[in-house]
Amino acid sequence: MRLWCRWDHAAVLFELRGVGLDCGGRAVLESVTAGIPTGSTAIVGPSGAGKSTLLRLLNRLAEPDRGHIYYRGQPLDSYEPLALRREVSLVPQLPALLEGTVESNLRYAADLAGQPLDLDGTLRRAGLDPSFATRDVTKLSVGEQQRAMLARALAQRPAVLLLDEPTSALDHAARDTIEAALGELRRGADLSIVLVTHDPEQAQRLGDQVLRLP
Amino acid sequence: MSTSIHVELWQVAASLVLVALAIAISFWQRADLERDIAVATARSIVQLTLVGYAIKLIFEADTIWLVLALLAVMVFFGAITARHRAAKVPGSFGPLLIALALAGASTLGLVVALGIFDPTPRYLVPVGGMVIGNAMTASAVALNRLGDEMADARARIEATLALGATPREAAAPTVRRSLRSGMIALVDSTKTTGLIFFPGTMVGMLLAGASPTDAVRLQLILLYTLLGSVSISALVATALAYRNFFTPAAQLRELEEPPA
Repeated sequence: MRLWCRWDHAAVLFELRGVGLDCGGRAVLESVTAGIPTGSTAIVGPSGAGKSTLLRLLNRLAEPDRGHIYYRGQPLDSYEPLALRREVSLVPQLPALLEGTVESNLRYAADLAGQPLDLDGTLRRAGLDPSFATRDVTKLSVGEQQRAMLARALAQRPAVLLLDEPTSALDHAARDTIEAALGELRRGADLSIVLVTHDPEQAQRLGDQVLRLP
Repeated sequence: MSTSIHVELWQVAASLVLVALAIAISFWQRADLERDIAVATARSIVQLTLVGYAIKLIFEADTIWLVLALLAVMVFFGAITARHRAAKVPGSFGPLLIALALAGASTLGLVVALGIFDPTPRYLVPVGGMVIGNAMTASAVALNRLGDEMADARARIEATLALGATPREAAAPTVRRSLRSGMIALVDSTKTTGLIFFPGTMVGMLLAGASPTDAVRLQLILLYTLLGSVSISALVATALAYRNFFTPAAQLRELEEPPA
């Protein structure tokens, strides 16, 4: 299976060659060959197509059973995993914040990456009002938690943001807020986004390129 | 503390009346424990008799090497027993073995070095047995909790790893709670000791005719020794075992689901 995005002269961010992964004797991902350029890429496909698995492979939360992945031309496994994850930051599908406040979560992430924290600016970029900083994460709605997860990833000032179905658990209003925030982030020149979604329309709205998994 | 009493066999046999009572209650209330009570009673007679002879031999031989061999056997079987409680923790035997050995060696070493007990079989065997037994319970409880918590917190731990946290950082809240649950039972029973229950050593000494002052002092020494041993074993077991949930590339291992 060869899947190439519509990209011409953009720099290649990730390259996958025959990448496959099994789980419990079943292939979750079958031999994917694809290129993901810089900018904003949406990965679409039905449930069970291995979209989330693909994202986890990209920041080495899992290793492929077959094939090779390259990041900026270098084999992915030549990068130190912890350093790679601070540069290629994954926001999982379901929010999973640490106990404490929104600010303590952001500070934790920024400290891990050795980055100074612009608290208000980071919250605004994720579509959250700065007053959320002192809120206990357990008191937030799912949509607010999801934006806090986004803010936490942004606090690390990553080069690539991997987003796993960022709006799947949300109602329309919350979805629109997140999409608006992501739309703003796309315009930033220094951040590439790889976004997984089951919604082809969202893929069109948020992706410069669209990659389809069968 | 040189007290001794003699217990006749008929006295032991007479106490079986209470076992019969327990079996009768179970039968009457259909608690379905009759067989378990009978097995437990038979095992207690056989095991304690064998241990009694072993201890008698060790006391008579009066050599430290036999004591160390007995303690090593206790550590080994303690780790095997605790492993069953820690079924959700991959490769738990190694951490448990090290935890029990370290807890036993350091607490016994300290009480001897501080001059609290003489390094003779008469002290080392019973104290060692208590130390290792309590260390076993604490580390089993801690790892049992660790297995549950690691499964429950999987999403949060992986999300933290995704930020570039080390496995140690990502698992820290989970490891902390597991350590706490391993230690809390003894801390709580130490708080209520004397108020709600009389601990075994004190009861034994009072029955054996020791003065209450001596009984209380020895009991306090043992309680504090056990607190030390329980903390060390829970700390070492959790600090070593959590690593088995991660790969060298700081990924959460895919664990096979235990059979439903």
